[in-house]
Amino acid sequence: MTSEDFIALLPLLVTALSSLAVLLLAAFRRDHGLVAVVTSLGLVAAFLTLPVAAGVAPRPVTPLLIMDIYALFYAGLILAATLAVTILSYGYLEKQEGQHEEFYALLLFATLGAMTLAAASHFASFFLGLELLSVSLYVLIAYVRTDNRPLEAGIKYLILSGTSSAFLLFGMAVIYFQSGTMEFARTAAWVAGTIELPAAFLVGLMFILTGVGFKLAVVPFHLWAPDVYQGAPAPVTAFVATVSKGAMVALLLRYFVEITALRSEILWWVLAGIAVLSMFVGNLLALFQDNVKRLLAYSSIAHFGYLLVAFLAANPLTVEAVTFYVAAYFITTVGAFGIVSVLSKPGCEAETMDDYRSLFWTRPWVAGVFTVMLLSLAEIPLTAGFVGKFYVFAAGVDSSLWVLLVLLVVNSVIGLFYYLRVIVVMASEEHREDRRADLVQTLPVSYADGLVLATLSGLLFWLGLYPAPLIRLIQTMQRGLIGS
Amino acid sequence: MILAWLILLLLAAGPLAWLLDRRGSQWPRWIALGALAIDLVLTLILWIERDAQASISSQGVRLADLSLPWIPRFGIGVHLTLDGFSLLLVLLTLFLGVTAVVASWTEIKEHVGFFHFNLLWVLAGVLGVFLAMDLFLFFVFWEVMLVPMYFLISVWGHEHRVYAAVKFFLFTQAGSLLMLIAILGLVFIHAQQTDMVTFDYQQLLDTKMDRTVAMWLMLGFFAAFAVKLPAVPFHVWLPDAHTEAPTGGSVILAGLLLKTGAYGMIRFAVPLFPEAAQTFAPVAMTLGAIGILYGGMLAFAQTDLKRLVAYSSINHLGFVLLGIFSGNAIALKGSVMQMIAHGITTGALFILVGALQERLGTRDMRRMGGLWTTVPGFGAVMLVFAIASLGLPGSGNFIGEFLVLLGTYRVNVLVTVLAALGLVVSVIYSLALIQQTFHGSANESWAVPDLSMRYLVTLGSMIAVQVWLGLSPQPVLDIAGKALENLRGFGNEAAIVSRR
Repeated sequence: MTSEDFIALLPLLVTALSSLAVLLLAAFRRDHGLVAVVTSLGLVAAFLTLPVAAGVAPRPVTPLLIMDIYALFYAGLILAATLAVTILSYGYLEKQEGQHEEFYALLLFATLGAMTLAAASHFASFFLGLELLSVSLYVLIAYVRTDNRPLEAGIKYLILSGTSSAFLLFGMAVIYFQSGTMEFARTAAWVAGTIELPAAFLVGLMFILTGVGFKLAVVPFHLWAPDVYQGAPAPVTAFVATVSKGAMVALLLRYFVEITALRSEILWWVLAGIAVLSMFVGNLLALFQDNVKRLLAYSSIAHFGYLLVAFLAANPLTVEAVTFYVAAYFITTVGAFGIVSVLSKPGCEAETMDDYRSLFWTRPWVAGVFTVMLLSLAEIPLTAGFVGKFYVFAAGVDSSLWVLLVLLVVNSVIGLFYYLRVIVVMASEEHREDRRADLVQTLPVSYADGLVLATLSGLLFWLGLYPAPLIRLIQTMQRGLIGS
Repeated sequence: MILAWLILLLLAAGPLAWLLDRRGSQWPRWIALGALAIDLVLTLILWIERDAQASISSQGVRLADLSLPWIPRFGIGVHLTLDGFSLLLVLLTLFLGVTAVVASWTEIKEHVGFFHFNLLWVLAGVLGVFLAMDLFLFFVFWEVMLVPMYFLISVWGHEHRVYAAVKFFLFTQAGSLLMLIAILGLVFIHAQQTDMVTFDYQQLLDTKMDRTVAMWLMLGFFAAFAVKLPAVPFHVWLPDAHTEAPTGGSVILAGLLLKTGAYGMIRFAVPLFPEAAQTFAPVAMTLGAIGILYGGMLAFAQTDLKRLVAYSSINHLGFVLLGIFSGNAIALKGSVMQMIAHGITTGALFILVGALQERLGTRDMRRMGGLWTTVPGFGAVMLVFAIASLGLPGSGNFIGEFLVLLGTYRVNVLVTVLAALGLVVSVIYSLALIQQTFHGSANESWAVPDLSMRYLVTLGSMIAVQVWLGLSPQPVLDIAGKALENLRGFGNEAAIVSRR
């Protein structure tokens, strides 16, 4: 390891050190505010090392990790989302007495795992990153132990995640058996040397896809999503929905682009099936939800169906489209769950539609931000979500995926219906006369939370109105990936 | 730059109106009125100034132009252009915008600031649609109209407002997304031919493509515009949305949003795919004729006053569709005339119906009757617009419908005959409207105040415009004339006719 290797690894190292610092701090002095500040500072510091690391990128660090602009870009997204989640978590946990310091250490571990996934170039680092992320999540999901549902969600996630990891490992083994290597680049070289991909290799890929599909919550591996989204504390839900999925997309994209997996027609059709099912199942089931967190869970299943359409286009626009879509999705989803989070407290989540009734007139700013986030999820112009959808459409049209695109249109309209339902409830005039509604609708929003939500709204409009800078950044990043 | 300011002024006035609601509910009203009035004056100045330099009717096609890069990755720019055709519609937008604010003055009592925010943003979207020359920008404005309109219906509407608002949103959105795919398809075909990705309208005009592809893409555009127009059978959202919307919302919906559909067909669907449009014309013209008859008959069958006016829009817009697809310059001019005249007439009718509902608390015609003696002012003004609506000579509607029939006759006699029958239907429902509401014996004894001065001034100015359109249509036809002749796909006789 040379000093340049360390420079390239700086974002990961800083995050790891911050998590240790938080653990040590918690051992000596229990102070929720201090720990939250240290965590945030650690994340900011890690974020600031990204340009430094970019100076030496692309750089393979050991056979396990490749620190290229692509990895750093996703690391940036992950760090920014985690920062938002940290601030929201502070506001959320502060509403309940108790010791919350370990929460932040776990959050940092999970972040480290996610960043490792984005930079993985070897099955070993892939699996290590995944498990680091998953194991931290088991605890984070069940963090509010005073309530039954977080515990239920945590155990559900633990069992299903364990099973999917087993599938993943088996897939890796099969691929290793075929190609004799666990390194992505060498696998790619081996694939390039074969005329037709052997069946066993494809089976291996399918098993890997099972593991990845579980994390992305695409149909038919989606069954955990609604329960976990509902049961987990709102800030953790935001984390599961964004960081854990985003890191997986980064890995999937890198691996599949590198080994040109989509040249296999069977695999293409399997993914197309997953995409179509995810869109329809996600959107149709979301129609029947009266619980906002479950609704957002199904909506996020559908969103990954849309994203797979860009993935299936497998043309030069794919990486760009997927990455932009993920960035827009991060902003919007953290924003939406951020609203849920500021209206909730441990043991009392703002989740039923009734909790949001006439929010527009009682708390116009909160409702306004939520409306904007929902419109971005519905991919209405002027929002980041629209540009993301535009990218998906553009990628699809470029590869003439007309059937998938028409199905996407049908689904967008179904999706619109349930997002509008939430907005309608918020805009309705009837007040709900009971204590619970009062509780949800009068929780104060701290300045820090307000700042996070305002920043996210700002970013959402910025990307919706003037996406050119981010597009340029993504293009730089993409050149690195395709060149490697 | 002036064109961007027109839109930005409305976009900026919106939040201002919302914020100053706290100071008192008069603030948003005056802000909205002020912003629209400034825009109207600016447009008029622009028109007079440029017209003096180079007469629009003889040569000058573009009065103002703005082109800035926006998303260079896809060759997307902020490209706004004002030509004679756009000018007419921009003037209509601002004029109806003012009347909508005035009509809502006493009707809207709750959340006044948010109402005017939405009102101004819809109008900004409509202006953008009429000015955009970049397909991406056009699509963005097309959608910007949607969300505020949805709020206008769902918050301030009548009994079934939520149902109507959601239906409106879903129908429009489905059409829009098909158009988005078509836009992207066109752009990528163009990019394959020229190695240049661009969304600029002028450049995309020259795209050459296969017949089948052109047909599919044209249908994508047609889907979006036919929903907005609305053409039968995509009209089912209209009666609900128009009936449930508050008065200001109905005026904008019927007066302007429907026109964006017609505008889209004239500006984009036909010129971008002239051959496909020609092949498709018999179908579209038949849909137009069906709309004329069907809309008229359903209008007659209504007992809800507002629903009657709503169905009459389907009847009138049928003529517009017919004129556009007849591929004939006379009929096209007729369509444009009909668009403007219908905007004024229906806008006025919705204002009257809204004011009547505000006083009576009902829209049910069975409970009315004999109102003339109670509110003679209402009766007189309503009569003027009812006969304008049935297309009596002297009204702009007459000019529009006559020109459409004249032009269509050369192309398709059968459809023309059917459409002409529609004129009879519109006489029946328009007169039934007056007869059941204002004549006959009173079913209930109403004691309500007549039209106030505010309404008289607004409606009076609308009558003036309507009569001006009817008696002296040539200036309007001239303003739009040159711009329309430059559009492709509307027949070769365009040049001959314009020389008169």
